[in-house]
Amino acid sequence: MGWAIALHGGAGDIPRSLPPERRIPREAALRHCLDIGVVALKANKHPLDVVELVVRELENIPNYNAGRGSVLTTAGTVEMEACIMDGKTKKCGAVSGLTTVVNPISLARLVMEKTSHIYLAFDGAEAFAREQGVETVDPSHFITQENIERLNQAKEANRVQIDYTQPIQKEVKAETHIADGDSQIGTVGCVAVDNHGNLATATSTGGLVNKMVGRIGDTPIIGSGTYANRLCAVSATGKGEEIIRGTVARDVAALMEFKGLSLKEAAAYVVEESTPKGNVGLVAVSATGEVTMAFNTTGMFRACATEDGYTEIGIWPSPQT
Amino acid sequence: MGGWAIAVHGGAGVDPNLPAHRQEEAKKLLTHCLEIGISALRSNLPAIDIVELVVRELETDPLFNSGRGSALTAKGTVEMEASIMDGTKRRCGAVSGVTTVKNPISLARLVMEKSPHSYLAFSGAEEFAREQGVETVENEYFITEENVGMLKLAKEANSILFDYRIPNPIESCSAGAAATDSPLQMNGLPISLYAPETVGCVVVDSEGRCAAATSTGGLVNKMTGRIGDSPIIGAGTYACDLCGVSCTGEGEAIIRGTLAREVAAVMEYKGLNLQQAVDFVIKEKLDQGFAGLIAVSKNGEVTCGFNTNGMFRGCATENGFMDVGIWN
Repeated sequence: MGWAIALHGGAGDIPRSLPPERRIPREAALRHCLDIGVVALKANKHPLDVVELVVRELENIPNYNAGRGSVLTTAGTVEMEACIMDGKTKKCGAVSGLTTVVNPISLARLVMEKTSHIYLAFDGAEAFAREQGVETVDPSHFITQENIERLNQAKEANRVQIDYTQPIQKEVKAETHIADGDSQIGTVGCVAVDNHGNLATATSTGGLVNKMVGRIGDTPIIGSGTYANRLCAVSATGKGEEIIRGTVARDVAALMEFKGLSLKEAAAYVVEESTPKGNVGLVAVSATGEVTMAFNTTGMFRACATEDGYTEIGIWPSPQT
Repeated sequence: MGGWAIAVHGGAGVDPNLPAHRQEEAKKLLTHCLEIGISALRSNLPAIDIVELVVRELETDPLFNSGRGSALTAKGTVEMEASIMDGTKRRCGAVSGVTTVKNPISLARLVMEKSPHSYLAFSGAEEFAREQGVETVENEYFITEENVGMLKLAKEANSILFDYRIPNPIESCSAGAAATDSPLQMNGLPISLYAPETVGCVVVDSEGRCAAATSTGGLVNKMTGRIGDSPIIGAGTYACDLCGVSCTGEGEAIIRGTLAREVAAVMEYKGLNLQQAVDFVIKEKLDQGFAGLIAVSKNGEVTCGFNTNGMFRGCATENGFMDVGIWN
């Protein structure tokens, strides 16, 4: 046993040709967030606190599709959603349709701790945010130039994009620097377990590029994008609609519980057998301190560390050992 | 194959003192809905069509807590939610925060079939409804006098309540009173103040295809924007090749227990049959929570399970079995 932590910045069609100026800041951000999480675990913070603070950090980083840097709806606006769950108690909190809250994951936690409900959305969630006095800003705070570009691309291609989709190749159109293979951002999430087997998970996102206003994805759906119980904690990323119909996060835990699979086996089964290729990634930790990061997409921004010193930060599949 | 089967529910958790005429009304509506479903099954409509049309009927009737007759939010308005799932290919659709759409379950179906998404909510769902040309009405249409009365009681008791058909005498609702005359409690409140009436339907058709649909107005006096289990795929609603499930009761417990998916998961991963799966889930996966569910399997089995005091439900199978009930 021992503590373990894993985090992700989204799974998708991340091309190997990703230019260094796009790749390096994102890797650095993963490393930074991993360090913060590890420090907190070493300081004996409860995993619920650890996953919240790591996801807050990821939300604040504009390179990732959560909080600031969220992708845009078809109306050019930001609608954020997030979810947090505690493994031992299965208490959870979720929010959707946020437009002014700087840290959606913290509002999700407040829903869990300060209301008798699990899930608040849109105007009701915003009103709750004001009651709770959380930090709110003008909606323009969350919008980045990159995301305006992504939305334009998607509208031109007339489709809703999982944010890692490669830009549509137009015949002779010279791609702008920003559009060059650069839809590589995604949902963020973090899972953690401490020495006592306390488990927690947190996920946060802006959703799909060019999504319909009011579209809810897998992130705030307990059992789909986010789930934790006494066995494990899971955070998923990818095409929300596939994660929902695959009840991905719950299935990892269910395979462990009902079929006796190990954490790694369960995660591998879900991404390889139960969900369509190119759509899903996840990070998970078990009560006994194991960690796994699995995906069936080209890549997934991810990082993990365990108490016995193992560390991994990556984007594409690791070479098979 | 085992033939077709259908089940409907109108909510789990019933006041043991519910007057006889209210019980009759409920049973009559459940029977009527079963008959509509059975007729459709005999016409060889697919399961997905049948769960939708049965739930539409339940939404339209003001008796239970869905569509017209929905419980009211703290602001005295109606915010409805629903979800539907087709076991074949596990397609799904859900809506929340619906305020003018006459039949939320049909909007959920349109999300599944006519949008690139699985779940739309609030103004986005309403906008989609207009684009799709579904029937819309003023929010007032959904509000019934009984529910206005219920909200008033809930505010006086200063608590979140599930829908309760029979307004209780004021003395039982004195502010801060957690004690109750009735020994039965649910969600920490006297059961006399608690009777959730989410509606749902599950069907397996003669081709062995399963489907599930659930619809609700949610909790009395809920915060605006509160979403419960009914639109959450895997919680209130789930269908796959093996089965179709619709749940009702304490939303928070159903979500935490991923109840509907749980039934299918133990069938799939533990090899339990439908009855074993339902019994297992109700017994082991609700912790301190109270809920009920109906379920069908691709083999033509149908069952219900609940740990509440009663559940409004009915079921029928192709070989002529039919049962409508409230109590254990």
